[in-house]
Amino acid sequence: MTTKKIKKESLEGSLARLEEIVDALEHGNVALDDAVALYEEGLSLAKDSADRLKAAELKIKKLSKDIDGKFKVTELDEE
Amino acid sequence: MTVEKNVLTVSELTRQVKYALEGNFPRVWVQGEISNCKHHTSGHLYFTLKDEGAQISGVMWRSRVPLLPFMPEDGINVIARGSITVYPPRGNYQIDVEQMQPLGVGELQIAFEKLKQKLAAEGLFDEEHKIPIPQYPERIGVVTSETGAALQDIRSVFARRHPSIELILYPVKVQGDGAAEEIAHAIDDFNRFGSVDVLIVGRGGGSLEDLWAFNEELVARAIYASQIPIISAVGHEIDFSIADFVADLRAPTPSAAAELAVKHRADIIENLANLCYTMQEAAQNIIEAAKTKIGSAVSSYSFNRPRDLVREYSQRTDELERTMNTAVLHATQAACQRQQALAHRLEALSPQGVLKRGYTIVRHRGKVVTSAKILKQGDEANIQFHNGEVTTRVEQ
Repeated sequence: MTTKKIKKESLEGSLARLEEIVDALEHGNVALDDAVALYEEGLSLAKDSADRLKAAELKIKKLSKDIDGKFKVTELDEE
Repeated sequence: MTVEKNVLTVSELTRQVKYALEGNFPRVWVQGEISNCKHHTSGHLYFTLKDEGAQISGVMWRSRVPLLPFMPEDGINVIARGSITVYPPRGNYQIDVEQMQPLGVGELQIAFEKLKQKLAAEGLFDEEHKIPIPQYPERIGVVTSETGAALQDIRSVFARRHPSIELILYPVKVQGDGAAEEIAHAIDDFNRFGSVDVLIVGRGGGSLEDLWAFNEELVARAIYASQIPIISAVGHEIDFSIADFVADLRAPTPSAAAELAVKHRADIIENLANLCYTMQEAAQNIIEAAKTKIGSAVSSYSFNRPRDLVREYSQRTDELERTMNTAVLHATQAACQRQQALAHRLEALSPQGVLKRGYTIVRHRGKVVTSAKILKQGDEANIQFHNGEVTTRVEQ
């Protein structure tokens, strides 16, 4: 379990996994070493999720295609 | 009774009636209410057309029934086109209907019903095709007009509830020629682009004609084909659009769609803090249990493992406990602080938002003026706009 892999995950995935970990620790009859590993993973997920919820300003972008048909995402101009 | 020479048989009479009737009414339009409607197993449709004063039997042959733009039912007022026919074995006459339309329903409504039936039969509205909407989306695609109210509505809901969201607009025409093509194309493109968690497709309210693009087959098929879950947001609270039936979730307005798409960020953060707390408790319990086990193992008579190994293990447990406690404390505190900071931010932002909409705050000697009676002629007043202040004097 690497931190890189977690970073790539979504908030959706992180929270689902975190719930799983909490459930396992609560009811799973987990051995100490496994518990510690789960716990560390959980903390990292929690931190990652909190980071994802940090942005204070709503980002508004626009999806369009250039002449080659490649997608580009640009800032949407303010009114 | 004198008997005339020219006596007709029933068959002959009926034949004459048949010629007379069928010859005179080869093609009529008649308006009436359907009753006694029966869809026969043969596929033919039998019914009665009636008004207050009269009734006539009607039949529609099997081959014509599928072309009907609506489902004939008792009580529907229709205009029917057909010819009068006489059925000699029963001695009755009827109207052989070629085509009929529900009365007072426009062409669009008919087309709507027809498409709805067709797509329903194909299974496009089936529940098992609906994709669940993610609980915690981070990027949300929006297919609507760049200039319409829908975008502004969605945007303000996100800004209020969950400003960490990234909104990606694909601007399209939402009414008029080519609108359906643009909407369908945008949905396809989002699927090719891939990296959005959910799509909101819609526009603000309008007449049936204005909203028509969302009733087009092209749009329905694009929604059905989408691998990204779609919330339809056609601003028409009462009626449904075809897009609503196909979409994974239907919202009555664009604002409602935005609310269905994202939770309050403060709630997510609270949930996160709770999870951290529960996790800590659970881990703590496991450590306590391990400690008890070690304790009893050490003191037990049958204990025969190398003492050092146990000490090491015991020490490691203590260390882990310490790191766990500090780390959890930080994680939960950070989450809590963030939540509070957010709440403050929201409070601070709201009057500013009001000012931006054109309201001002008037102060006299530093106090907010809430009544016209407070100010007298010659008084100086400060007017605060969202971007600055001016001083003014009351003339009257």
